[in-house]
Amino acid sequence: MAVVGAGPTGLLTAIGLARHGIRSVVLTQDVQVSHGSRAAVLIRRSMEILHRCGVVGPFVAKGLPWSSGRSFYRGQEVYRMAMPHEEGQRYKPATNVQQQYIEEYLSEAAEREPLIDLRWGSRVISFEQDSEEARLGVDTPEGAYTLRTSYVVAADGGRSDLRRILGLRMEGRAYAGRFVIADIRTDLPLPTERLCYFDPDWNPGNNVLVHRMPDQLWRIDFRLPDDETPDQALEPELLKQRIDLTLRMVGYPIPWTLDWATVYSASALTLPRYLHGRLAFVGDAAHLLPIFGVRGANTGIQDSDNLAWKLAYVLRGLGGPGLLESYSAERVEAAREICEEAGKSTRFMTPPSRGYRLMRDAALSFTLSETFTKDLLHWRTARPHDYRGSALNSDLEADAAFPSGPGCGAPVPDMRLADGSHLLDHLGSAFHLLCFGDGHSAGLRHLAEAARRARVPLRLVLLRSEGAPEAANYDVQVRDTGGEIARRFGAVPGSAYLVRPDGHVCARWLRPDPSALERALAIACATEEPMA
Amino acid sequence: MIPEIPVSTLEAASDLIAEAIDKAGPEKETLFLAKLALALSAYLNDVATVRIAIKAALADLGGSDRA
Repeated sequence: MAVVGAGPTGLLTAIGLARHGIRSVVLTQDVQVSHGSRAAVLIRRSMEILHRCGVVGPFVAKGLPWSSGRSFYRGQEVYRMAMPHEEGQRYKPATNVQQQYIEEYLSEAAEREPLIDLRWGSRVISFEQDSEEARLGVDTPEGAYTLRTSYVVAADGGRSDLRRILGLRMEGRAYAGRFVIADIRTDLPLPTERLCYFDPDWNPGNNVLVHRMPDQLWRIDFRLPDDETPDQALEPELLKQRIDLTLRMVGYPIPWTLDWATVYSASALTLPRYLHGRLAFVGDAAHLLPIFGVRGANTGIQDSDNLAWKLAYVLRGLGGPGLLESYSAERVEAAREICEEAGKSTRFMTPPSRGYRLMRDAALSFTLSETFTKDLLHWRTARPHDYRGSALNSDLEADAAFPSGPGCGAPVPDMRLADGSHLLDHLGSAFHLLCFGDGHSAGLRHLAEAARRARVPLRLVLLRSEGAPEAANYDVQVRDTGGEIARRFGAVPGSAYLVRPDGHVCARWLRPDPSALERALAIACATEEPMA
Repeated sequence: MIPEIPVSTLEAASDLIAEAIDKAGPEKETLFLAKLALALSAYLNDVATVRIAIKAALADLGGSDRA
C-alpha cells in the first residue's frame, strides 16, 4: 500500500491500515511537519476516531474542548448556540487544536508504527495502473524511483498532484468573497467558544470570527472588501490595523504578535467518484469544503476511517471489490450533503449576491428585537455522516422495527458505562456484535455460534442486563446498569447490533434469526462467499 | 391568481406600507421591504404561497422583465 500525502488524512489512513495489519509507505514532498495553522477544530466524531486508532492522548492533553458559541450584531449578543451534547459522552462537541499539532501527533504515531514507512522529501510525479498493480514515479533529492504497490491512497491535499495527473475535475461551486485567516499570539481573558461578529463598525457588511486555540493563540477570520486582493490584505500595516480593530471590538485592545496569516476563499467542491481503479482519493484531494462549520479535516478524518478497514479487508481477501466501491459511494454522498449544508452557512457568512446579502441583512436586523430569524444564524457544525443508504446495510425491515437507537448506517454513540469505561473503549478495529440481555436467548446463541465460524475478525460484546450472571461465549461483557444502554439502543433482551470496524451500524435485529449474522456479514464485506 | 380581498383591507395595508417606505427613507427602503417580506413569510409559514407571490410580483416590473 502507498499513501501519498502526510497531512492529517494521509497519516490517519496509514495508522488505520497498520491497525488492520497492513504495511504502507507514506510519501510526502514536505521535509517536516508544516508550520502555520490551517485546520483548527476537531469535532467529537474525529476525537472518537483518533481514540479508536489509539492516538487521541496528545490531542486531549493539548486541545481546548468547547461546546457553544455566541454571535453579535451591532454590539449586541443576538444568538447563542450550544452544540448537542449527551450526558456521558466522553468528548465535547468540539476540540480546538492547530493543524501543525494534528500532523505532529499523527506523524509521531506513524514513526512509532513498524508497519508504516514514512518517507519525507518524496514527490509523486507519475501514476500508472493495470490489473496487476499500481506504479508511482517518485522523485527525491537522492534521485527518482518507481514504487510498485497494490493500491494507492491519494491524500495529497487541495492541490492534489494525483488528481491533476488523472485529469479529474471536481463538481460544485466556488464562492466569491475572500477571507483573511490570521493566528495571533495574545492573552485574551476569554473562554473557549465560537465568537462571531456580524457587520462590525470596522468591517461594515462583513463578519469576523474569533476562536481560542492552545498556546495563547487566537484565530481571527474576517471577510475582505470585495475589491481587495490577497496581497493587499496581507500587507503588514493594513493587517495590523484590522487585528487591532478586532481586539478592540472584542473588548481587549491588548498587545499581540502574528503567528501566521493567509487569504482563503470558500468552495464546496467534490470529485464525483473517489475510487479510480487502484487509486482512492481522501480528504482535500477528494473534496474542498468551506471552513464554516469545520468541515475540512473532520471530513478527511472520516474518509480515512471509512477507507482504512475496507482496503485492509480487500487486501486480506476478506472483502469483495464492492467494498471499495462502497467507500466511494458513502463518502461522495457525505461530501455532497456537506456541500449542501455548508453552502447554506456559507451563503449566510459570505452572501454571493446582492439579493442574498439583503436578505441576510434583513434577518440580522430582526435579531435585535425579534427571535424568529435567529436560527438562520445557526452555523451547522460538521457532524458524523449517517450511511443510511449504504449497500453494506442489510435487513432493513429488522432495522425499521426498532423504536429508537442508531439505525443502519449511523455511528454508535459513545456512552459512559457503569464501570466508568465508555462503550467505544470496548470497540476495536474488528466487526462487533453488540448483544443485549442475559446472553442466553436462543437467537443470541445462534449468532454466537455463527460468530465462532466467522472468517472476518468479529468480537462479541454482551451488554448484560442488570442482575444477570456472567455468560459464556462472549469476548467482552459489560453490565448495563439500569438498562440505560439498552434504552438508548431501543433494544430488548435478545437484540443484537452488528457494528462495522469504523463504528457504524450495518444491521440490527430485535430478535435475530439463526442465519441473520452470516447474511449481514457477507453484505457488509461485499462478498458472495459466506463470512460466517 | 392572488386572491381578491375586500378593497378596504387591501387599501389600508397598502397605505401602511407606503407610509413605512417613506419613514424608512430612500437609503433603507430596500432593507425595510426585505424585512417586511421576511416577517410576512414567517406569518404565512408556507413556502408555496411565498413562491406564487414572488412570481406574481416579479411579473411586469417594466423595462427588464425577466419573470
